[in-house]
Order: sequence, then structure tokens, then C-alpha cells
Amino acid sequence: MCVKNRKVYLLLVALLAVALVVTGCGGAASNKSAGEGGEKVVKIGLITPLTGDVKTFGESTQNAFKLALEQAGMKAGDYKIEYVIADDRNDATEAVNVATKLISQDKVNCIIGPLTSKTTIPVSELCNSQKIPMLTNTATNPKVTVDNGKRKEYAFRACFIDPFQGAVAAKFALENLKKKTAAVLYDQGNDYTIGLANVFKESFEKGGGQVVEFLAYSKDDTDFSAVLTKIAAKNPDILYLPDYYQKVSLIGKQAREKGIKAIFLGGDGWDSPKDLDFATMAGGYFTNHYSADDPRPEVKKFVEEYKAKYGSVPDALATLGYDATNLMLNAIKTANSNDPEKIKEALQNTKDFPAVSGKITIDKDGNPIKAAVILQVQPDKTYKYVATVTP
Amino acid sequence: MEHVLDQIINGLQLGLMYALIALGYTMVYGVVKLINFAHGDVFMVGAFIGYFGFQHWGLPLPVAIVNAVVVCAILGVTIERIAYRPLRYAPKIAALISALGVSLFLEYFGSLKFVFGPNFRVVQRPFEEVRWEVFGVTITNIQVMIAVVVVLMLLALQFIVYRTKIGMAMRTVSVDHNAARLMGVNVDNTISITFAIGSAFAAVGGVLYAIAYPQIHPFMGIMPGLKAFTAAVLGGIGIIPGAVLGAIIMGQVETLTSAFLSSQLRDAIAFFILILVLLIRPSGILGKNEPDKV
Repeated sequence: MCVKNRKVYLLLVALLAVALVVTGCGGAASNKSAGEGGEKVVKIGLITPLTGDVKTFGESTQNAFKLALEQAGMKAGDYKIEYVIADDRNDATEAVNVATKLISQDKVNCIIGPLTSKTTIPVSELCNSQKIPMLTNTATNPKVTVDNGKRKEYAFRACFIDPFQGAVAAKFALENLKKKTAAVLYDQGNDYTIGLANVFKESFEKGGGQVVEFLAYSKDDTDFSAVLTKIAAKNPDILYLPDYYQKVSLIGKQAREKGIKAIFLGGDGWDSPKDLDFATMAGGYFTNHYSADDPRPEVKKFVEEYKAKYGSVPDALATLGYDATNLMLNAIKTANSNDPEKIKEALQNTKDFPAVSGKITIDKDGNPIKAAVILQVQPDKTYKYVATVTP
Repeated sequence: MEHVLDQIINGLQLGLMYALIALGYTMVYGVVKLINFAHGDVFMVGAFIGYFGFQHWGLPLPVAIVNAVVVCAILGVTIERIAYRPLRYAPKIAALISALGVSLFLEYFGSLKFVFGPNFRVVQRPFEEVRWEVFGVTITNIQVMIAVVVVLMLLALQFIVYRTKIGMAMRTVSVDHNAARLMGVNVDNTISITFAIGSAFAAVGGVLYAIAYPQIHPFMGIMPGLKAFTAAVLGGIGIIPGAVLGAIIMGQVETLTSAFLSSQLRDAIAFFILILVLLIRPSGILGKNEPDKV
């Protein structure tokens, strides 16, 4: 064999070896990772953005995840819990990469996260094909669990879905605020904001309101003057901004500069006690998963414990991270197994689980049935609880 | 009708912002025939230094701007010395790749937690925003400020290039490095000064951008950088008034596309123009085949 051929041969072997490691010899087949000393171990992966444009979301989620595990004494049923945390930077490609690593290298039995819809949709595909149950805390797009009418059996979530948020916002604008006209501005490349925008428009018009402008922008835009000048000319009562806190802050500021006096209305992406521009967004309303001011005992207990550990009031992301982790622990305990198949069954059969964000029953599509709250942004950097809207 | 005027003013604001960045691209290209792809990231660094100045260090705005200008000028000279000078007589592609490397380095180094951090920061304006209604058209003090600064800087640049010794050196170097060296021009110093001036402009652009669109993050330089580069090519790269003209056209095209066609087409049309210009008139609108360009 000549030298050149041998090099090619060695390269092929190396590639094959890499391919074997990457594809991981099948996710589900090799999950019997027993811990030291024969102890039964269940391994949980958490995927969440700890850097990037929504990192405060990721940090809250991580805090809540750790809190829930500690409270459970790092045990679920007979199983000792081990965990791996992976940062996806809120990037869809990176999310799939870390999910692949969690499944094939770390051999996790189940996954919590990712956080936003754009990262969760591709990860849910992967988990479904690898037969690893995943439970996202906050990805609200319907496609996470059902795509083209096909249920992804291994995908679940702890939050309500976008159509519900858009519909609640429209209902609130029409019935509570008694407003008749609205403009919608959304990100054309983000499933989350497209979902909210479409359903808001549909529900608002069905309820007798009028959507005067329905405009898109792209992710990297910083100059919104053209679209906002257009909206200002129509003088709507409501400006619906279903995007994350950083974009909303930027649009809000420019909207006021263009003389738009409309009430700002949005979704759970606004919830960031640190990085939302409160001075600009004060007076605006958004739909959310829970309010820390809710008088229920589960909420009070959680808020106190979170505050004691991390020194701040938990935001909705923390709450849902906590609920998602507990839902998963509950499923592992019920199944009393680290078999992904059995954990999946237990998750699907969850009924009346007393979560902080409300009693959760998982429906046939893997979505929880529960209520939404409306919060108002206050200039003193807090959110005021306004109303609870049931489906 | 006044809405059309409103939109034209919006476009002008955006275009003038691009002009500040495009001037740096065009100057550096004029002198060293190098497209400095790190320029958009120098602009980002300028925005951050300015923001830290007036928001966290309590400096008055002019001092914060000067601060950003000095830091970026030093950064520009350093980049040139480390990443471009050793490659000056290497094939052009090497310097271009080095420029891309510097660009990515600045972005990802900037996103480290102990540098600028990866998160988006909300910029509190250092002064109150004022709106005037003139014949039904809305103008803000920020738009006026941007227009004044861009015009002043353009004049200053024309003055430097055509009325000073260093300007003469720059024009000479732009024609032929070796001939300039034979005539006693210090080529290395001239190129350093070109980078310093270009980066200083980017710094001013960055601070103004942060005030006009009050949010900054380590990747904020990419899009404005690309648009400004397109503007520089459109106007004729290497030609100073061409950069401003190209930038104003880009601003108008983007804004009017969003306003009267669809905001979804905005970037597509902006970059389609780049392709058209390169196909039809590669030297740009003001481009001639004269070698004397700075």
C-alpha cells in the first residue's frame, strides 16, 4: 500500500471514529449509566442560554433548576440525580449541538429546556428521534410539540402556547382596556413573535377590533423609524409588540419619539426585571405565566425560598424553570425509573400537578392546561398584577 | 405628503449615520487598498467606550466622545500594526482574511464577561430628547446633532486631505507606496495616521449611533458596517464625498423601502444595490479612473 493510500485510509478511520462518537451509538440504547457503588442514577440535562441576547432568562432558569433539585435532596424516587448544564446562547444551531452532546456523550435520560421557541423547535425534533423526553420551560410556539398535525411524543412544556397568549392579549385589549384599534410590529424571522402577532390579529379582529398596521422587521434592525412613522400616521390605541425585552425597549423608545401615544402591549418575552427599559415601557401591559404577587401559598413559598437563595424576586422564567424541573422530577418519581420511555409515559399522564404557575394537567398535545396573568410595567422597575385570564 | 417628508428625514438620519462609518472604510481603502472589515467593530468599541463614559464614569458627553475617539484611534493604529502591516506586501487576500479575523476577534473578545459582556445594554440618553414640528414634519434634536456632526467632520476631512501636509502624504501614498517612499514620505506613519483618523470617525459614529438607537451590544457593528461598506462602494470606494453620497442613498433606499414597499424587503434591496453597482459601474457613482484617491 503506497503512502498516499495509507494516509487516505487513516483519515477514513479517523472520520469513522469521530462519526461514531458524534452519533453516539444511539441515544436510548446506552442509558443504563449506573453511578458509583451500584447506586441508581438518573441524569438530567439542562439547555438554557447563559450568554447572548436573552441571558437573563437563562440565568433565572438555571437558578430555579438548581433550587428545585436541592429541595428534592438530589433524589427522585430511588434515583440519585446527576445533572449537566449546557449553554445554547439562544442560537438554534448551538442548541442542537449541545443537545446532541447531552444525549450522545453525557447520556442524559431526559432534558429540561431549551428556553425560546426558535431553539426548542429543532431540539424537540432531535429528542423525538432519539427518544429522549424533553420538557421546555418557556418555549410557547405550538410547533414545539405538534408539527403539521403530528404529535412529537417526547416533547412537553410547562408553559401555555402562543395562540393562547395572543388571544388573551387581544381579549384584554378589547374587554378590559376597551380599545378598538391596534398596530402590530413583529420580527419576521422569529417563530415566537410571528405566532403571537398572527393570533393577536386574528382574535382582535374577531372580537370587533381593527388592526390598522401589521408590519415586520428583521432581527438585526435597530432603526425602526420608517415603520413607526407609518404607524404614527394611523394613530392606533394599542401597539402590540410581541418580542423579547431588548428589542421591545428599543422599539418603545423610538415609538414615543415618533409621537406614538398608543398603549404598549406584549407577551412574556418582556419579563426581565434587569434589562427591560422600564422608563420607556412603563404603563404597558403584557401577558405572563405567573405573578409574584399572586396570593396562593405555592407562590408565596416559592418566592420566599428563591429570594432567600438568590436575593431577588423570581421572574416568570425562574418560576417556569422551577415548575418544569419539578414536573420532570415528579415524572421520574412516578415512573420510578431512569428509562426515557417510562419517564415520557409519566409526563404524558401528569394530572393536577400543583405547580407554582398554576395547577398543571398535560393535554394530549403535551401542553399544560392552565391560566394566564396580565401584568403592567411600573416606572419603579416592578410589574403590577392586573388580572388573571382563564382559557 | 408630510409623511413622505418624515420618511425622507428618517432616511437622512440613518444615511448620515452610515456616512460616518463609510468615511473610515473609504479612507483606508484609498490609502492602502485594503477593505478594513474590522472597521464596523471599531465603531462598536467606540459606542461602548462612549457609553461607559457618559453613563458609568459620569463624564460630560463631549469628554466621553473625545475619550472614545482616543481609544479607537489607538485601537485602529494597533490593529494596523499587528494585523495588516506584516501583510502589506503579501497577496491582498491575506490582508482581507486578517481583517475578517480581527473583526471576529473584536466581536467575541468584546462579548467576554470581563470586557463588555454579551448582553444588550440600554443606553440612557445623556440629554433630553426634543421634538420640533416644522410645517407638520417632525425633527428631533438628535437628527439635527447628527447632521451637524457629519457635515463638520466631512469638512474637516476634506481640509485634512487637501490642505495639510499629512493629507498630501496620504494622497501621495495612495498613488504609489514605493514612489512616495523615494520622495521622502514616511509611508508607515502616513498609513498609521490614516487608520487613526478613520477609527476616530468610527468612534464618533458609534457614540452617535448609541444615542440615536439607544441599545448597544458587541455584535452591533456588523450590520451598520456592512451597510456603510456598501455605501462606500456605491459612492466610489476611496472617494470621500462618494462615501457620504452613497450613505445617504443607502439610508433613503432602506427607509423608503420599509415605508412604501415592505420592511421585509429592506436588507434584500439594500444589498441588491451593491450587486448592481458592482456589475454596472464598479468604480461607483463618483468613481473615475484617476489614480489620485484618498
